[in-house]
Amino acid sequence: MIRQSTSPIIVLIGRLVSPFIQVFGLYVIFHGHYGPGGGFQGGAILAASLLLIRLCLDSETAQLQFRQALGTPVGILGSLAFAGIGLMTLLLGGEFLDYAFLPFGGMKPAEIRAMGILLVELGIGVAVMATLVAIFDDLIGLEDHG
Amino acid sequence: MIHWGLEVVLLVLLLSTAIIALKVKDLLAAVVTLGVFSFLSALVFVAMGAVDVGFTEAVVGAGVTTVLFVIALYHTTRRSND
Repeated sequence: MIRQSTSPIIVLIGRLVSPFIQVFGLYVIFHGHYGPGGGFQGGAILAASLLLIRLCLDSETAQLQFRQALGTPVGILGSLAFAGIGLMTLLLGGEFLDYAFLPFGGMKPAEIRAMGILLVELGIGVAVMATLVAIFDDLIGLEDHG
Repeated sequence: MIHWGLEVVLLVLLLSTAIIALKVKDLLAAVVTLGVFSFLSALVFVAMGAVDVGFTEAVVGAGVTTVLFVIALYHTTRRSND
């Protein structure tokens, strides 16, 4: 159980910086197929912003942002999004993660591939973020706030 | 070859932070120095042209593992006061 820091500077800086880190993490995820970065790095940045709030503020405030009970289910959901898209292309006649076989009607093949990469990276990012936060919560030993 | 001097400076800093992290008495200071080490190695990766590896090292090495080490310290107590 982490108590709120007694220093107002730490609390203020943590609250001020965390949203900007989240915006940067989303940028890294959505920009992953044009430049460096991608699902894993963006998810780790998002997790870092959540961990900053968990370290700077007290545990109850952090629960408002991302509940402890959500950690494992959201992580499973992210990995299922990755595996589900991969298996969907497998079922529709292609190979594993062959994005050209995704059932998006009315789009050019290049657009379908870009959309498939984006969905897979979103799944990876969500899975990494939730799993890292879940590891943190398990290590710190919060009691469950329901 | 443009980054030759920069790489030498970064590698010297890398070595000195590694030695400081080993030698320092306070464990929290050692963890923070290890974070500096991670960030410097990320800079070395970027200077060598591996932007993606450097990005991952900066995020995971300097961000997440430092936090995990701090939590591990949070669960320990000091035995001696030297």
